[in-house]
Amino acid sequence: MNPRLLLATAGRVLAQLRHDHRTIGLLVGVPTLLMTLLWWIYDGGGVFDQAGPPLLGIFPMVIMFLITSVTMLRERTTGTLERLMTMPIRRADLVLGYAVALGFAALLQTAVVATFSIWALDLQVAGPEWMLLLISVLSAVLGVTMGLAASSLARTEFQAVQFMPALLFPQFLLCGLLVPRDQMPAAAEAISDVLPLSYAVDAVKEVAVAPDPTIWPEVLVIGAFIIGLLALGILSLRRRSA
Amino acid sequence: MMNQSAAVVVDRLTVVRGTTTALREVSLALEPATLTGLLGPSGAGKTTLMRAIVGVQRLTSGTVTVLAHPAGAPVLRDRVGYVTQDPSAYADLTVRQNLRYFARVLGAPAADVDRVIGQVELDGQADQVVQTLSGGERSRVSLAAALLGDPQLLVLDEPTVGLDPVLRRDLWALFRSLADTGATLLVSSHVMDEATRCDRLLLLRGGGLLADGTLAELQAQTGQSDPEQVFLHLIDHGIGGAA
Repeated sequence: MNPRLLLATAGRVLAQLRHDHRTIGLLVGVPTLLMTLLWWIYDGGGVFDQAGPPLLGIFPMVIMFLITSVTMLRERTTGTLERLMTMPIRRADLVLGYAVALGFAALLQTAVVATFSIWALDLQVAGPEWMLLLISVLSAVLGVTMGLAASSLARTEFQAVQFMPALLFPQFLLCGLLVPRDQMPAAAEAISDVLPLSYAVDAVKEVAVAPDPTIWPEVLVIGAFIIGLLALGILSLRRRSA
Repeated sequence: MMNQSAAVVVDRLTVVRGTTTALREVSLALEPATLTGLLGPSGAGKTTLMRAIVGVQRLTSGTVTVLAHPAGAPVLRDRVGYVTQDPSAYADLTVRQNLRYFARVLGAPAADVDRVIGQVELDGQADQVVQTLSGGERSRVSLAAALLGDPQLLVLDEPTVGLDPVLRRDLWALFRSLADTGATLLVSSHVMDEATRCDRLLLLRGGGLLADGTLAELQAQTGQSDPEQVFLHLIDHGIGGAA
């Protein structure tokens, strides 16, 4: 690993984002709008305080997944990846450079949405608010790393977009938001045990109800998923192709 | 081993992709400090051969040796410049931002960015976003990136497509001066009059090497004088075929 090339790549990806004002607007505006809609349909109050915290992580996760897989796919389809693969940059520096840049974007996005939800929409959690922010950021970073890993499965941007419902919707159904995980059929619960989103939702539910929540086991599992998905993203990048 | 001193040695290279054979037992050598033209109809295997030389093509059999190392070896990665067929640059960055990033990846000095911008005559567009450039300007951004760090081998896949005759002349003059100062160049082209600017020509057809020689040699072999006719004759009849 070469930190200089990792940072050069991260800087380049952020410069690309900076040139795209509409995407920055969508990145921050869409989850903020969605949280407002959620607040509106539940008329604020108790149900919003239950459904809000998990969705505060899930909305950014979905958006970051899409942005990451399409950006990475663009690198592949425009030939810049092939050019880079002939140059002295390690695959890890490239993938981690993307992760750092888009992770930073995820941090800004989540910070804005969480601040807005807590102060403007009066989202109430029993636990400390910084824990809510931490888990939401981790969920968004999970979205980034899932996007990096998934982009190697897709040949076109058209396919990459379709991996969103394929990889994220099952996690959404099984994460315990619609049906508590311990009330699912045993097999469904077993599957949900190996999906990263389940741990993010477990942790955030704990923060929502417990004044002194223990989230570190979940945070550790999410961290392990992030590292594993990054490794998958690096290993699935091939210098030589058919 | 065909030639110890050659910049590039391709030895019985075969590439099978799915059910099609993109290259069949191709052998050739490129002498250092020469400008070689790679010609052939589309689908002949030109891009596959170039990808094999820069080390991003999976090989079925045979070997490719570049500057005495296996193609794609880590030591070669700052010594080989490659221009892909479609201009490869980040559309949402400026010309200078693109080149600055590639220069950092190559470990090339920052001053190289301005040098290559001048070499491809993009001084006026240096701070323009690539998306807003014309097709010809974009392909020159791609070429500029390949010139960063003074590579010893340049592999250029149709670098002059879509360029006007004046720019084409200027770029071929640039290629010539690079070869004269010690770089080895392999340039693919569809435009037959560009063949006259090369030291040597390689002609691919259907994944096989059909002809390998100077334009004068190929003119003598085919009995044709016009490069276009030499090419068509070779495609239709092969080497030694009756006119």
